[in-house]
Amino acid sequence: MATEPASGRRTGTDLVKRGLATQLRGGVIMDVVTPEHAKIAEDAGAVAVMALERVPADIRRDGGVARMSDPALIEAIKAAVTIPVMAKARIGHFAEARVLEALGVDYIDESEVLTPADDEHHIDKWQFTVPFVCGANNLGEALRRISEGAAMIRSKGEAGTGDVKEAVRHLRQILGDIRKLAQAASSEIYSWAKQLQAPVELVREVADTGELPVPLFCAGGIATPADAALVMELGAQAVFVGSGIFKSSDPPRFARAIVEATTHFKDPQIVAKVSRGLGEAMRGQEAGAVEVRLSERGW
Amino acid sequence: MVRGEGRPVGVLALQGDFREHVELLRRLGARPVLVRLPADLAAVEGLVIPGGESTAMSVLLQASGLYEPLAARLQEGMPALGTCAGMILLAREVLDGRPDQCHLGAIDISVRRNAFGRQRESFEADLEVSGLAGPLHAVFIRAPVVERAGPQVEVLARVDGRPVLCRQGPVLVSAFHPELAGDPRLHQWFLQSLTQRKENVRAF
Repeated sequence: MATEPASGRRTGTDLVKRGLATQLRGGVIMDVVTPEHAKIAEDAGAVAVMALERVPADIRRDGGVARMSDPALIEAIKAAVTIPVMAKARIGHFAEARVLEALGVDYIDESEVLTPADDEHHIDKWQFTVPFVCGANNLGEALRRISEGAAMIRSKGEAGTGDVKEAVRHLRQILGDIRKLAQAASSEIYSWAKQLQAPVELVREVADTGELPVPLFCAGGIATPADAALVMELGAQAVFVGSGIFKSSDPPRFARAIVEATTHFKDPQIVAKVSRGLGEAMRGQEAGAVEVRLSERGW
Repeated sequence: MVRGEGRPVGVLALQGDFREHVELLRRLGARPVLVRLPADLAAVEGLVIPGGESTAMSVLLQASGLYEPLAARLQEGMPALGTCAGMILLAREVLDGRPDQCHLGAIDISVRRNAFGRQRESFEADLEVSGLAGPLHAVFIRAPVVERAGPQVEVLARVDGRPVLCRQGPVLVSAFHPELAGDPRLHQWFLQSLTQRKENVRAF
């Protein structure tokens, strides 16, 4: 006869926080700025939405200080969909993060897309029940964020450009270093930790397992189904698409096509099929030519 | 201990934590086969539907042409294990699902999605399970719950009095993620149902 749990429930554990990221693998997380966008994303098969006031391309265009979104907007988006809702806090802005936790968002993105609030300290993410995702350009940065409690890492890329080059560079950097580290002798781990500026325990864990202790997703510049297939093949476990969907000529079709390409990234016939006659991708700008490099934010 | 004996077992790999299921099945000696397209279904003797987002998997099941052949195999009695989103997809009825959400109707239950709340309320706990000696460590991530279980359905574990682990013939579903906690006992049950099915087929 089934009975109640033998012992109490534990919330906010590593397993529970990383567990949600694990469920999102193989999926697409889409930036949305209205409840209508959120519904389009859910209809297309997004695994989660990122609720924000402006997509990164518009943040870039408008300039000024970019902050956490209005709670009313986040709540309206939460009410519109049944999939997980994420929202962004500024780097180091733990008060914004507390607000987002109080609103019941499912994942907090401590994001370089917003204007950093602290040029030295990131948020102490262990203090929260809700899990965090953070950006990283390289393995050392990824491990520093994990040491602060991040339960998911996304390679940063260059958000709002529609140029996938930086996303590719950051993914290759992180995964290439993991491959090298996995070959290192045990006595070399200390020197690796020094070079990476990361805790030796985490460095050893990566050396032993050959992967990060949390899921690694990719963000920043993905604009087409083939871009999604590219980063999945390189080793991303899921993709964030920011401006790429709602700055395209046909958002519902782009959204669906990127979802299918992310699942079937190993099958070029399917990527070809979903790319056919798709219309115009976001115009974008070359990542090397932008004035503000968002990916340089974070320490 | 039940061994998989190299049996080809499908793991639906459209989205979600299929890798964890693959690792558990391998540990038990089965031969996991990733299922993304209808042709992948042909060789498998049973199917695991992993955790993930049920709405996304539903879109992808239809887009890949898998929905109908999969429903047909389940109708013929193919053994299945569904965890979290997998439970939702195997259920007869989804109470608050999207109107276009597909469900395979392989087990006579009605489920409610995200029944324990949002991620903030996600939890881990030890469950007592009928037929298992010792508690099963279970991870509930934005988990669904069974609100109605039909007369043919065995309820094997509950939380707050609500069913979270159910079985009907060769179909086993959990609201939680045994694949995240790494306890292989539910996967052993699933592999046992493959063996039983083979024996039944021989008996005819």
